[in-house]
Amino acid sequence: MQMSPATASFESPPIDTVGVEERVARLCSRSIKKDAKLQALHLTLSMIDLTTLEGADSEGKVRQLCAKALQLHAALPDLPHVAAVCVYPALVGVAKRALEGSGINVASVATSFPAGQAPIEIKLLEVRKAVEAGADEVDMVISRGRCLAGDFAYSADEIASVKEACGEAHLKVILETGELGTLDAVRRASDLAMRSGADFIKTSTGKIKPAATMPVVLVMLEAIRDHYLRTGEKIGMKPAGGISTAKDAIRHLVMVRETLGQDWLDPDLYRFGASSLANDVLRQIVKQRSGIYQSFDDFSL
Amino acid sequence: MSEQRPAAAADRLPVLKTHKVYVGGKFPRSESGRLDRALAPDGTPIANICRCSRKDVRDAVTAARAAQAGWAARTAYNRGQILYRIAEMLEGRSGQFEALLAAGGTTPDQAAAEVQTATDRLLHYAGWTDKFQQVFSSVNPVATSHFNFSILEPMGLVGVLAPESPLLGLVSSIAPAIAGGNTTVVLVTGSQPLPATTFGEVLNSSDVPGGVVNILTGRRDEMLAPLAAHRDVDALLLCSPDPGIARSAEIEAVHNLKRVAVRPHDDWKNIQSPYEITDLQEVKTTWHPIGS
Amino acid sequence: MTNSTPSTGLKAPKLRLGIRDGSDDGWGYAPAPESTDHVELRDRYGLFIDGDFTDAADGRTFETANPATEEKIADVALAGDADVDRAVAAARRAYDEVWSQLAPRERGKYVYRIARVLQERGRELAITESLDGGKPIRESRDVDIPLAAAHFFYYAGWADKLDYAFPGRGARALGVAGQVIPWNFPLLMAAWKIAPAIAAGNTVVLKPAETTPLTALKLAEIIRDAGVPPGVVNIVTGAGETGAAVVQHEDVDKVAFTGSTEVGKLIRRALAGSDKHYTLELGGKAANLVFEDAAVDQAVEGIVNGIFFNQGHVCCAGSRLLVQESVADEVISKLKDRMETLIVGDPLDKNTDIGAINSRAQLDKIEEYLEIGEAEGAEPFQTSCPVPERGYWCRPTLFLQASQSHRVVQEEIFGPVLAVQTFRTVDEGIAMANNTPYGLSGGVWSDKGAKAFRVTSRIRAGVLWANTYNKFDPTAPFGGYKESGIGREGGLAGLHAYLRPEAAA
Repeated sequence: MQMSPATASFESPPIDTVGVEERVARLCSRSIKKDAKLQALHLTLSMIDLTTLEGADSEGKVRQLCAKALQLHAALPDLPHVAAVCVYPALVGVAKRALEGSGINVASVATSFPAGQAPIEIKLLEVRKAVEAGADEVDMVISRGRCLAGDFAYSADEIASVKEACGEAHLKVILETGELGTLDAVRRASDLAMRSGADFIKTSTGKIKPAATMPVVLVMLEAIRDHYLRTGEKIGMKPAGGISTAKDAIRHLVMVRETLGQDWLDPDLYRFGASSLANDVLRQIVKQRSGIYQSFDDFSL
Repeated sequence: MSEQRPAAAADRLPVLKTHKVYVGGKFPRSESGRLDRALAPDGTPIANICRCSRKDVRDAVTAARAAQAGWAARTAYNRGQILYRIAEMLEGRSGQFEALLAAGGTTPDQAAAEVQTATDRLLHYAGWTDKFQQVFSSVNPVATSHFNFSILEPMGLVGVLAPESPLLGLVSSIAPAIAGGNTTVVLVTGSQPLPATTFGEVLNSSDVPGGVVNILTGRRDEMLAPLAAHRDVDALLLCSPDPGIARSAEIEAVHNLKRVAVRPHDDWKNIQSPYEITDLQEVKTTWHPIGS
Repeated sequence: MTNSTPSTGLKAPKLRLGIRDGSDDGWGYAPAPESTDHVELRDRYGLFIDGDFTDAADGRTFETANPATEEKIADVALAGDADVDRAVAAARRAYDEVWSQLAPRERGKYVYRIARVLQERGRELAITESLDGGKPIRESRDVDIPLAAAHFFYYAGWADKLDYAFPGRGARALGVAGQVIPWNFPLLMAAWKIAPAIAAGNTVVLKPAETTPLTALKLAEIIRDAGVPPGVVNIVTGAGETGAAVVQHEDVDKVAFTGSTEVGKLIRRALAGSDKHYTLELGGKAANLVFEDAAVDQAVEGIVNGIFFNQGHVCCAGSRLLVQESVADEVISKLKDRMETLIVGDPLDKNTDIGAINSRAQLDKIEEYLEIGEAEGAEPFQTSCPVPERGYWCRPTLFLQASQSHRVVQEEIFGPVLAVQTFRTVDEGIAMANNTPYGLSGGVWSDKGAKAFRVTSRIRAGVLWANTYNKFDPTAPFGGYKESGIGREGGLAGLHAYLRPEAAA
């Protein structure tokens, strides 16, 4: 395999796990109240990629998800809409039709999600098919095995090829951090993905635990920041998996605010990959506005 | 002392010994050129010794400082071997030291016993060099994800006011200091300085690096204050039963907050323990994260 | 002061990181003040002597104020010589008649009780600490109070194990300890002093700092309520003269002082020739060395923790940053960015990172050093964070291009002011780190273990943090080399400071 220019001579900085955990703990001690909290909750909704990635997904289920994306809570018509609906390639067309004209993007996983264990030709074909079907965004998985084995050139080339296959569609690169094992590996994979053409880097498939832990996300945000400082290029971030409460989401926003700054508090640069987060955020918004805690059954699935 | 007395055989004049100081591994005279007489108990002069000046103190501190990092960096095993070597040399010269002690008024039996105890004491501390750290350091179970340990490090440069006890006291004050990696400037101001100057020769023939032990003879009121006030001296070991002496030295020591250990003993026979070493050690605590 | 231009080599526009109330038009954190409900503060506090609170013999008092508002909180009794005499006499009597007669296990139980009540009343103590001293509630809540409780808990367990303190030897308490503590960690310092002392079987007379007496007096209430026999702990409030009376009292067997090197030397001089035991925890000017192979983001965080923790009112603060040339631009640039996210202001706000400077006098001293640094030619940098109008505040500050000969490099400022220098080789970095009369602490940042331990072993200081900074634990001995002090507190070494070895047990 040819050496990709993206991997020619770069070194990722070392990461000290304990230091990262301490920084996260300190960020988690921020206390977000009142207006700041409400603002954060609205922002969170606008950043959600409403996701369904099950073998049992049906056209009906995807249409229902799209309806939810269009109208999160009938009682609160002034809420922002979510950023995207994320589905398997086979259901991209359904979602695209349901969301037409809404400004909500359709994201498709591809490249033999979630394991990525397929020949490159098949992965690229899958990407092209998803884009043809209308996907605005493609969420690919990296070949973790190659990365762990130290074959960064392979991964770099694979990402570059997928990027090419995406055409106009935005590329999110899933590192599957739960399989990378160390924060050093997370940092290395983040740098690799950004240098190889990722528009977003994303923690996880949602199929593996641990997923989007705060230390992992912080290391990825710092990689994005360093990439920006070096190149001026703003790469987006998408934590996915395990963020299910409004409190978690606000902690993530604090982390973004203090690592990358205000510019990244934007759905164009930050997304939450989540299925149950939206309803907890809605519950909190209603509580902030009305003072009364809601039942989860007050919100649609 | 034998070398000062008329020769037993009329046909040979004895060679008289000049007692010089021991600084930086060499045997210079005092820069001041001044001399004092060492006296026998009956007041008879038995030898000339150097009467060192404050400049001699300064030079000795320079030598001790230059030697300190290297001495502390020796392995504990190596320092132990060198202390053992001192014991070997002292054993080999036991007759000479017995004679020196006897000339100072000690009975022959006591002199022999003192030389033996001094030799054994060196051996005792030779054995501690690679053990006191194990006994007195600690791993501290902190409540965060850190590996935390406290070790002993030598205080550095120790100024020693040597005790009156001319050999056993001298050895008992120097040995624990150097066993722990310190270097020393030793002020010999007692009534019997000759065992100390001769002990310098033992040190010099024992693989002790120059500057680790520096031995000055002279008067306490001239040498102690400059040593105690010297800002490049880290600690003082004051072997004197006189609280006034300790007090005045301690006041001078405040300049750079020297650590001060006072040994008021007259009898050094049982003054032997690892605490003699640890009293001249600092505790250093190091933290390091445990992560991946 | 103005922001310096961004470091070279970086192409991107500045990150928008200012947080407080959206100072850069972004999402900002609303104020989140800790509620002071249920914290009872009296208008007047007395001396705690022989188990009771009393006025000073001559009725004198002084005021303690909130440095964030400059408003008076309470009048506090000012102990004179007669009061100190009474306190020492009570401590002596308690030592002779009660505390030294008590079974060690029972003694330990009292100390455990104190630890427990400190935990229970943690919130109230944290708020009081922040009100009286100006430190952010995040730190008093998460650091000061839990660590204070942990010290009592740790030393409580030693009470019946003193035979294991000195290998080959027995151990005996010293008697009455006279203790003087500073204003930077009021309750924590009280715990560092009292816990090992009484667990080892001594009784104490403690003098808290003039500007921060309240938590020590609340501790006195806790000690009384825990049923600790009268006289075992006595707390006398006042200023320097009261402290001098405590440490110079002839019936005190042990002196423990934490404070400035200047005062420490006066105390040491006064102790010359006596057989009193003493420990001195004094000033520092610690170097925090960042090597080119360091984990940079964690190092930046460590630099921030090193100097901006507790407004820089920390004797072991990493107040000198020594950064290897090849990474200096990156480290300094990232440090400036990180500093932009530090929130200065109301100590009771849960989001405050840097609270109020402890007193007008301390603020004056810091501001004098800010002028000195500029006059010496160091390049100042301060963040743009807004600060309240009333109260004593200092924005986090760097002095770039500082030199070894500068006073801002040589002298302890005791504020949120960091002198920044660069070095080229490992040996040069070590030499610069050691080129100071102080020797309390130091920091080393390197991903290479061998290098980190080489450097920690060559820095002449009592506490070395490798890839971390400003960590404290009751089990870990703390104290200085050189002019940073004599003796250790914490851990077994800290227990030794309150015991004398005896012939074999």
